[in-house]
Amino acid sequence: MNIIVCVKHVPETAEAEIKINPEGTAIEKTGLVFDINEWDDYALEEAVQIKEKFGGSVTAITVGPEDADSTLRKCLARGADNAIRLTDPKFNGSDSYAIAKILHKAIKDLPFDIVLTGALAGDDGYTAVGPILAEHLEVPHATMIKKIELSGDTARVNRELEGGLEEVVEIKLPAVLSIQTGINEPRYVSIMGIRKAMQKETKILGLADLGLSENEVGEAGSWITIEKVYVPPVEKQAEFLKGSAEDIATKIAELLKARGLV
Amino acid sequence: MIVQSATEIAEDFSPEYWREKDKTHTFPEDFWKALVEAGFVGILIPEGYGGGGMGMVEMILAMETLTSQSCGLAGQWFLCLTSIFGGLSIAKHGSENQKKNYLPKITKGMEFCLALTEPDAGTNTLNTQTMAIEEGNGYVINGRKTFISGADRAKGMVLITRTTPLEKVPKRTLGLSLFLVDLPNPAIEVMPIEKHGIHYSKTCEVYITNLKIPKENLLGERDKGWYLILDTLNPERMSFSAAASGIGLLAISKAVDHARQRSVFGVPIGSHQAIQFPLAEARAKIEAARLLNYRAAWLYDEGQPCGAEANMAKVAAVEAGIQGVYHAMQTLGGYGYSVEYDVERWWREVNLIRLAPVTHQMALAFIGEHVLGLPKSY
Ligand SMILES: Cc1cc2nc3c(=O)[nH]c(=O)nc-3n(C[C@H](O)[C@H](O)[C@H](O)COP(=O)(O)OP(=O)(O)OC[C@H]3O[C@@H](n4cnc5c(N)ncnc54)[C@H](O)[C@@H]3O)c2cc1C
Repeated sequence: MNIIVCVKHVPETAEAEIKINPEGTAIEKTGLVFDINEWDDYALEEAVQIKEKFGGSVTAITVGPEDADSTLRKCLARGADNAIRLTDPKFNGSDSYAIAKILHKAIKDLPFDIVLTGALAGDDGYTAVGPILAEHLEVPHATMIKKIELSGDTARVNRELEGGLEEVVEIKLPAVLSIQTGINEPRYVSIMGIRKAMQKETKILGLADLGLSENEVGEAGSWITIEKVYVPPVEKQAEFLKGSAEDIATKIAELLKARGLV
Repeated sequence: MIVQSATEIAEDFSPEYWREKDKTHTFPEDFWKALVEAGFVGILIPEGYGGGGMGMVEMILAMETLTSQSCGLAGQWFLCLTSIFGGLSIAKHGSENQKKNYLPKITKGMEFCLALTEPDAGTNTLNTQTMAIEEGNGYVINGRKTFISGADRAKGMVLITRTTPLEKVPKRTLGLSLFLVDLPNPAIEVMPIEKHGIHYSKTCEVYITNLKIPKENLLGERDKGWYLILDTLNPERMSFSAAASGIGLLAISKAVDHARQRSVFGVPIGSHQAIQFPLAEARAKIEAARLLNYRAAWLYDEGQPCGAEANMAKVAAVEAGIQGVYHAMQTLGGYGYSVEYDVERWWREVNLIRLAPVTHQMALAFIGEHVLGLPKSY
């Protein structure tokens, strides 16, 4: 099995203090800690587990600046065999569509049975790169994958639906599968892995290497432009009830009735 | 990347986890498993024997991170016992057979301990009474060791004995030898000592009665054990310096969180200089101690003399670390004294480091003699 995993180097924003840039189009990234996108972490682990079971190779690929090398090195240390970084100043401002185009150019000539992506990226949450990439590659795809079982040239995969439901679908390989968190337990980066990663090189490809033109990438090659990024204002909807426990209980009962909640 | 990996491990073993292990006096099986799986136990073991082939710089980075990110002393302790006492001693001085026999097993989690201290030879190792007498094709060993950490669980022990009595050696530093002993062993009785902290690991009295071991268990050259063990004791010091710094940082970060949130006279207590300055001062001293410790570790990895740096780093780190935890406790007020806030546990842990592996006075005595060039004071 030759597996390609698309990974993204993203800022950790869950617990950080977020500031918006002066143009109001993105968050300020200085001072934030970057790491592999959480969903991609599971995708990489899944790829390595498949390789360990069936043999083959795992290639991690990212679109990003030099900083993103740390995410690729982490993939190498976790068991990826190769790493490719697609980078060019012209790639700045690419939306999911343009990113999928860039990835497609790099992946189409590589041997692959499965392409794994994360179901979404923690920073922009579009959930789009996987499906668009599959269209470019002209292979089937499935999203929100919680389980993969391989036999011959088909994969049986469990897709996570709302309300705790799962759907099992069979899909012909090669295919693009986008992975949901919790599909496995990502291993720690091991010391031996770090050793191996230090001996491997990351391949770097730019606009021309990929046979792309300027107007196919960046803002020019994108379908979406971001107009505004903002923090929704905090609304004052909390009301503090005062008085004795009995008074408060009566008021709560009145309020619930008045709003038709009981 | 080592720091990143250590951080990920530490995140899975929170202070609550350690509070529970300390309270229930239980060994942290899953933590040990994580360290083995992530290859941390093999950092110092050459690649040919399944290890990472790295040095003390990497080891103290790992220890500092584990310790300061949540684990407290446990982030250093188990790696010290097995990887430094066992792994490093054998990697440095073992025969090819000993390396083949032990090192791959150590990387897979075979626990080790080091039996050096004796009731009458604490600080004064050269006074070691445990004797190994050559008999036939091996040695018969008798004696008593004390404060041997991990001896209750370890499968291997590095044992320090006299092979030539003190009266018969030309120099006091000669006549000691190191042995590798497999545990458990019917000739070795192990009795845990009740202690002040680190309850997730036992430190024991060890009684050795007519222990017979073959000659090939001698580790390194006979009678030169003192010089050999220095290659283990200096890294041990560095590891404890890393722990002191790490625990200090951990407690300071807890104190900072508390100082931001806790308002007493209408403002967060962290806005008072009386709270800020002692923490800032400890923080600065810890940073300095860390740098000195990296230097000691780098010298060791380069095969250069590092005793002066290792002892100075230990003196600096233990003072800074204790200062950090002391003021963290002060910052937390009454909460600092309650078990639920963890600082009291770190206080119990960090205080060990002024007593062991070398006492504060003996580290100063070393600096007095070897750095300042003053007469030997002990
Ligand atoms: C929890 C714990 C775990 C341990 N684990 C291990 C282990 O795994 N393996 C092992 O071999 N040992 C271990 N030790 C032992 C530790 O290394 C010793 O306790 C330490 O070296 C001090 O020896 P001692 O307790 O005999 O103190 P002593 O030698 O009795 O010293 C008592 C005091 O007198 C001071 N002193 C003595 N002589 C002088 C002098 N000439 N000048 C100035 N001051 C002096 C000392 O500094 C100290 O303050 C452990 C100890 C503890 C508490």
